[in-house]
Amino acid sequence: MSISQYVFWFLSFVALICALMVVFSKNPVYSVLYLILTFFAIAGHYVLLNAQFLAAVHIIVYAGAIMVLFLYVIMMLNLNKETEPVKKPTIKFISVIAIGMLMLTLTASFKGAETTLSAGSTAGIGTVEALGKALFNEFLLPFEVSSILFLSAMVGSVYLSKKNLQ
Amino acid sequence: MMQSISGIPLNYYIYLSAAMFCIGALGVMIRRNAIILFMCIELMLNAVNLLMVAFSQYLGDNNAQVFVFFIMAVAAAEVAVGLAILIMIYRNANTSDTEVLNQLKW
Repeated sequence: MSISQYVFWFLSFVALICALMVVFSKNPVYSVLYLILTFFAIAGHYVLLNAQFLAAVHIIVYAGAIMVLFLYVIMMLNLNKETEPVKKPTIKFISVIAIGMLMLTLTASFKGAETTLSAGSTAGIGTVEALGKALFNEFLLPFEVSSILFLSAMVGSVYLSKKNLQ
Repeated sequence: MMQSISGIPLNYYIYLSAAMFCIGALGVMIRRNAIILFMCIELMLNAVNLLMVAFSQYLGDNNAQVFVFFIMAVAAAEVAVGLAILIMIYRNANTSDTEVLNQLKW
């Protein structure tokens, strides 16, 4: 086994364990912290896949912006108490069975599928230069439209969190 | 079976993403706190993103990574608006329990 395979197994292990802890920890603050660990593991996967630009953007956007928002809201709403309402055991049991079936279906369907992809030239895929060129030539219009999306999201969230909505 | 530059088969990434997506879906089904539901949705989005990056690298195609970039942008906007709605709901109903917030149910 090469070193990158060891790194892959380690990152996958960390990502899956932390994802499980996000779901099963009772305190929402711990859930957020485990989610940050999961995101770092995924960023490591991006680095392993040679997608440096996306790794940097992932760290900045998720660990830098989204997780701060989550933590801030949890602190503001004072949700950090250990006693949290839990669902009925029957519903939990049914959910676990349903998700187990989904997992079984996904893995079984991928087992039959032989992944014979035509190997393209992977040199320069995912670098900042290549993605920047794609983003500002082919995808210039969606890029600009996403700025309008952000503007509307900003206006919407400011309006929604006003005290007296009329 | 396709091998990447780093010698990891593409199937491993498929199984990893499927497992992460299922963990996120499980969290949406068994938790009642609305913030945890948001986090589980983020987990599912990230599983899909990881799979898309893996496929783009194995196919040698740049466009999928641009799509992942846009998915991240939409996820950031979604979280901002969603948390604002959550704060408003908490201010009115004084809870974030999804079993209590069932006025939209028929």
